[in-house]
Amino acid sequence: MKSVYLHKRLTNVLLKSFTFLLLFSLSFSTMAQESVDAARQKEGRTLFRSLCASCHKLEKKHVGPALGGVTERRENDWLKAWIKNNAALRASGDRDAIAIFKEYKGSVMSSFGQLTDTQIDDILYYTDVGDPVKVVPAGTVVATGGQKKGPGWLLYVLAAIVICAFLIIATLLKTISELQGAPKTPNSLGSLKEVWAGIQQNTFLHVVGTIFLLLTGAYFGFGTLFSVGVDQGYKPVQPIAFSHKIHAGENKVDCQYCHSSAKHSKHSGIPSVNVCMNCHMNIAEVAEGTEVEYDGIILRKKELDKEIQKIYDAAGWDAENLEYTGETKPIKWIRIHNLPDHVNFVHAQHVTVAGIDCKQCHGPVEEMDEMYQYSPLTMGWCIDCHRETNVDLKGNPYYEKIHKQLAEKYGTKEVTIAQLGGIECGKCHH
Amino acid sequence: MASNKKYWQSVEELKGSSIVETLSKNEFVEEIPTDEFLGDKETLENSSTSRRDFLKYVGFTTAAATLAACEGPVKKSIPYVVKPHDTILGVADWYASTIADGYDFANVLVKTREGRPLLIMPNKDANGSTNARVQASVLSLYDEQLRLKEPRKGETTISWNTAHSEIGQELAQLKEANESVVLLTGTLASPSTEKIISEFIVAYPNVKHVVYDAISESGTADAFEAMFGQRALPNYHFEKAQTIVSFGADFIGDWQGGFEKGYAASRNPDSGHMSYLVQFEANMSLTGANADKRVVTKPSDQVFALINLYNTITGSSLPSKATPVDAYIKDVASALKKSGSHGVVVSGSSDKNAQLIAFAINDVLQSIVFDAANPLHIRKGNDTDLAQVVADMKAGKVKGLLTYNVDPVYNLSVGTEFAEATKKLNLSVAMSVQNDATANVTQYTLPMTHFLESWGDVMMTEGNYGLVQPTIQNLFNTAQLQEVLLKWSGNTVSYHDYLKAYWSSNILGGKSWNKALHDGFFTREVSNKVSKSSIDVVSVANALKKATKTSEFELTLFSSTAIGDGKQANNPWLQEFPDPITRAAWDNYVTVSMADARELGFTNPVKDNGAINGNYATVSVNGVSLENVPVMVQPGQAPGSIGLALGYGRKTNLKEEMQVGVNAYTLYADSNNVQYGVSIEKTSGAVHEFACTQVQKTIAGRHDILKETTLKDYTTIDPKDHKNGWNVPAMVSYDHQEVEAKSIDLWEEHNREIGHHFNLSIDLTSCTGCGACVIACHAENNVPVVGKKEVRVGRDMHWLRIDRYYSSGVEAKFNEVYNKEPNSQSIREFAKDSLGLGDGAMYAALETEAENPQVAFQPMMCQHCNHAPCETVCPVAATTHGRQGQNQMTYNRCVGTRYCANNCPYRVRRFNWFSYSDNKEFDFNMNNDYGKMVLNPDVVVRSRGVMEKCSFCIQSTQAVILKAKKEGRKVGNDDFNDACACAAACSTGAMVFGDVNNEEDPIVPLAADKRAYHVLDYLQTKPNVVYQVKVRNTNEA
Repeated sequence: MKSVYLHKRLTNVLLKSFTFLLLFSLSFSTMAQESVDAARQKEGRTLFRSLCASCHKLEKKHVGPALGGVTERRENDWLKAWIKNNAALRASGDRDAIAIFKEYKGSVMSSFGQLTDTQIDDILYYTDVGDPVKVVPAGTVVATGGQKKGPGWLLYVLAAIVICAFLIIATLLKTISELQGAPKTPNSLGSLKEVWAGIQQNTFLHVVGTIFLLLTGAYFGFGTLFSVGVDQGYKPVQPIAFSHKIHAGENKVDCQYCHSSAKHSKHSGIPSVNVCMNCHMNIAEVAEGTEVEYDGIILRKKELDKEIQKIYDAAGWDAENLEYTGETKPIKWIRIHNLPDHVNFVHAQHVTVAGIDCKQCHGPVEEMDEMYQYSPLTMGWCIDCHRETNVDLKGNPYYEKIHKQLAEKYGTKEVTIAQLGGIECGKCHH
Repeated sequence: MASNKKYWQSVEELKGSSIVETLSKNEFVEEIPTDEFLGDKETLENSSTSRRDFLKYVGFTTAAATLAACEGPVKKSIPYVVKPHDTILGVADWYASTIADGYDFANVLVKTREGRPLLIMPNKDANGSTNARVQASVLSLYDEQLRLKEPRKGETTISWNTAHSEIGQELAQLKEANESVVLLTGTLASPSTEKIISEFIVAYPNVKHVVYDAISESGTADAFEAMFGQRALPNYHFEKAQTIVSFGADFIGDWQGGFEKGYAASRNPDSGHMSYLVQFEANMSLTGANADKRVVTKPSDQVFALINLYNTITGSSLPSKATPVDAYIKDVASALKKSGSHGVVVSGSSDKNAQLIAFAINDVLQSIVFDAANPLHIRKGNDTDLAQVVADMKAGKVKGLLTYNVDPVYNLSVGTEFAEATKKLNLSVAMSVQNDATANVTQYTLPMTHFLESWGDVMMTEGNYGLVQPTIQNLFNTAQLQEVLLKWSGNTVSYHDYLKAYWSSNILGGKSWNKALHDGFFTREVSNKVSKSSIDVVSVANALKKATKTSEFELTLFSSTAIGDGKQANNPWLQEFPDPITRAAWDNYVTVSMADARELGFTNPVKDNGAINGNYATVSVNGVSLENVPVMVQPGQAPGSIGLALGYGRKTNLKEEMQVGVNAYTLYADSNNVQYGVSIEKTSGAVHEFACTQVQKTIAGRHDILKETTLKDYTTIDPKDHKNGWNVPAMVSYDHQEVEAKSIDLWEEHNREIGHHFNLSIDLTSCTGCGACVIACHAENNVPVVGKKEVRVGRDMHWLRIDRYYSSGVEAKFNEVYNKEPNSQSIREFAKDSLGLGDGAMYAALETEAENPQVAFQPMMCQHCNHAPCETVCPVAATTHGRQGQNQMTYNRCVGTRYCANNCPYRVRRFNWFSYSDNKEFDFNMNNDYGKMVLNPDVVVRSRGVMEKCSFCIQSTQAVILKAKKEGRKVGNDDFNDACACAAACSTGAMVFGDVNNEEDPIVPLAADKRAYHVLDYLQTKPNVVYQVKVRNTNEA
């Protein structure tokens, strides 16, 4: 066993030093290649992302033209005039301005009179130099690969081999020492035979053994039966590799922005494609270096951009010409949280009235690349919570009378959901 | 004493039939045939499946099922691409609309979920009311079987463009040749559509618009036109009435649109002027069943009695005849005179002259109930025009026919001739929602939208408008009549724009269109001047006398509560709805009186499974005969008269199960609802099997189910008076003192003061038995339809039924003699000793009473007992009690022992003997994708082997609570009322649902009312359903 660990450690050290070397040489070369004013670049980038990015990209046509290298195509003054007040520029009869306006089908660009010349210059500087070159730590790829868990059975096989090897070595050592003249220990097999004969004759052991086996069998049997229909951890492969981690986690999109009916209705609702398009009309591709682990595979920018394209296909969005074609194709998601037909669970009651955090039942969604069922969703699980949780009677006029009556009658101000009738069968089964 | 009346549900019961006795003791009418099978040793041994084989099969299937259950199916969730703004998944949207299908007209609210209409409720802001058919019309929307899906030329499907161009060419040719074309529709009552039609007629002057109604009120419209110069029907404000005298007019049922709401408003015993209703009629109708005094009168006698009433009131002597009911006429005349302008007379006759006499009496009374100033614009069909069209078609004078949503081939007595004549026309186009008989004889068939997919407007009375708006996208390739006509007139505007423009320039008067559309109705002040022409009463009476031919048998044709004019005959909810009077579903039948039945040998024996059999008869009228008509012996039917419901016997494209009954329209000559010169003859041999629920759920001879009293007793006697009280609670002896049963308890009571506690109050005085609640419950709770065979063996699934009880007054006689209350022992002795009758004979004595019994309706559903007998016997705790007073049924927990149903004294639990969804054996709405769209997603569809029952609509009460919580407010005072489908659907306000823990809820005074009682209160079940004692106005001082 020791040797295995040793080997691993050795590989790690080797890998890390290799990574370090690579990193060192890479950063060195970057420094050597260009001299970019990082401060201006950063300033420009920030401004660009907050003001321009919703309509412009550097490399690609979007709502407006691509802006990479725009300083080479247009005069600085013209650009400033356009940015500050393009309508005025067009009104003055500037041909270029009118032409570009027509080219983009008359979509109006807002005026940015608030920007100072320096700020505009920073933005333009950024459009020239582009994003700071990201240093991709080369080693991480390998490291991630190395950390990836092998299948569980492999470990067992390895362990078995190790144990066998250990036994063989032990036997060999023993034989060698015996051959060298050590006193011969009695054959373990022979002693086992004696023990076995003893066991065969001992009725008490038989009874205990049988009971033990039956109980163990029953325990596992019931356990298996109880898990029938419980889909905790259910993680189906969806038609789009949608990552909750990117949306809810990194970008902090509120759960109810997409699942908007949760506060009104029994269903939380899967967002319609037009909700996706609210953002994705402007986000056609993921950021460099984005990674999503999906169905055991790591998806990177190349694959993920294709996933975004799937939304466009569904919505009928022509990303080239930036218009809806009208040819829609609804997305067939696989439903993860399946309650049986005879259960009437109401999201609104829990979300709006009780104010429960989505995470309480759905788990750390913001960390899930691939969504799965976090809770068992069994009736026992529901009932446990209803038995333990006190109802917040304050602040909702609906409960005013109940609150008063409870205080008058029992001198208590706290009741659990169960005490208010929250575990009655008919409330959820009707 | 009124509350100790003898109540009975079937004639057989009166005869003391042992079968009925046995049935009353069994919860389930049909035993499971285990003894039959296991008791027969030989069969058991020779069975091809041996015990070992059986065990093998069981083992294998269990193992297979277990294995299969381990892997859950993959479910897909497909969101919208672009979600409509106002749609929130899982939250219902309500739209105000109006139904106007030519027979039913009502302001309604439509509940939709994710764009599917699920439920129809009355628009109470617009004073709307719904009946069973309006409630059920939402299912007809999804009628995949009967609805037209594509335009058709002959048998071939064509495109709309082809249809438009070809029909357009034909129309142009006919116009050029100046050949007559008829546009045949039912009553549209739509101002904008009538304008479009008039514009169409301007474009095609050779077109004539003819209106006819399947069930005609043409006589009344003619009479109204003669007297008031306008073609319409008079309006009646029964809420202002003190004395109502009706001659065969079923105004609580469907007569001229139904007036049950106004009538019920006049029935408040506390208001001091409860109306007094006298009904002279031959068939037992809903109105007769509700009447304070029902006088059995043959149709011809009704006519003469009406003239005699005129004579008695005015002192004139119009030509008439003496009738057996003249003694009553005198009483009635004096009651009417006493009421003065608060009296009203209505007649159900199709004869124009009978209507004129009735109008004349109201004129003499200066009745304020009768309203000619705001007449009804529904059912304005003109039979004279129709007869002319049929004659012209046969004579070849008409070359073109356009029909819209009418089925003359089915519902005219000359239907076959009409079909033949249609085939000879140059152009015939059926524009129809349904693929009906007419749509199959015309050259072109154009599919029309259902009203839930349409735009439109309706004017039921002058100045009262309703708007129709689509609540779902067109399910099929359909269009609207208005669009089609606009197109043919060369107008390119869409109907929606046309409607909007028409409303803003003609109706709204500057008010907001959006608001009108939101409300679904619009009211405009109109000042109508009535110009009354005088009529020559003598000549009218003469003509009437001449037209009325007394004959041995007279036939009254009527529309049944369930099927109406037959438009919705393919609607399984309506077919399964038991008739309020006979309690038979899935059928029409001829009703004969008990006396005639004895004479002609008709019987309705009860089988040991609770089913009722009957004989067949041949009914002939003036040479036209209907064969194999089932016969139902009907207590209260006038001897010498028979009754038969229209609207049945439709065959074309109906589901096989729905092709039930006989087509009575063939006897509806000249659209006259009374036919003289009728003969009825028993067909020997064959036995008809009725699906009748009346004996199946009898309440085991228990008393205190129904309580009633008279207005006189109600006002003068203390309800709890020991001797004469009309609402005496059950008493028990406790500590050697007699105390009210409800005051003592074996168990410690749960605390029910905190939170909500639901009660349902049902006023037996204002419940007319109309059954809107039954269908509303059906729709809201996904109640399955089980079909005729299953209903016959007592397996109907209605969560809410309306029990109908007959009663008669032998007890009253007993009371007269002994001046004390009878009990079952003493009444038998009385019958034996004083009247000299044996047990059987006593029933015979009762039976004579049964010739005209009193009727009471009692809606019966789970009583939600606080001490529920069902809960204590459930071995798996599948039925439990909620803190809010609801007895909850947990289907997923139920293992189907049926102990609960056996222990329920109210017989309201229903067992799923089969799986009724996705089962081709029960090919109703739950077995196809369209029909399933009507299912309420908030209520689970029950599977085989579980018990189910009324839940007090817990899904909706919870939704009301959740809405209040979300909005951070208290629940509104009558918010809960509309949560319960039955209470929301009740037009008369007989059902009120609410929270007794909210002092301001309208239920609180009702639950504590002196009329309030619990059914079977001596059982101490402490129900949460309270009934209000029925009060009859016997018109005593």
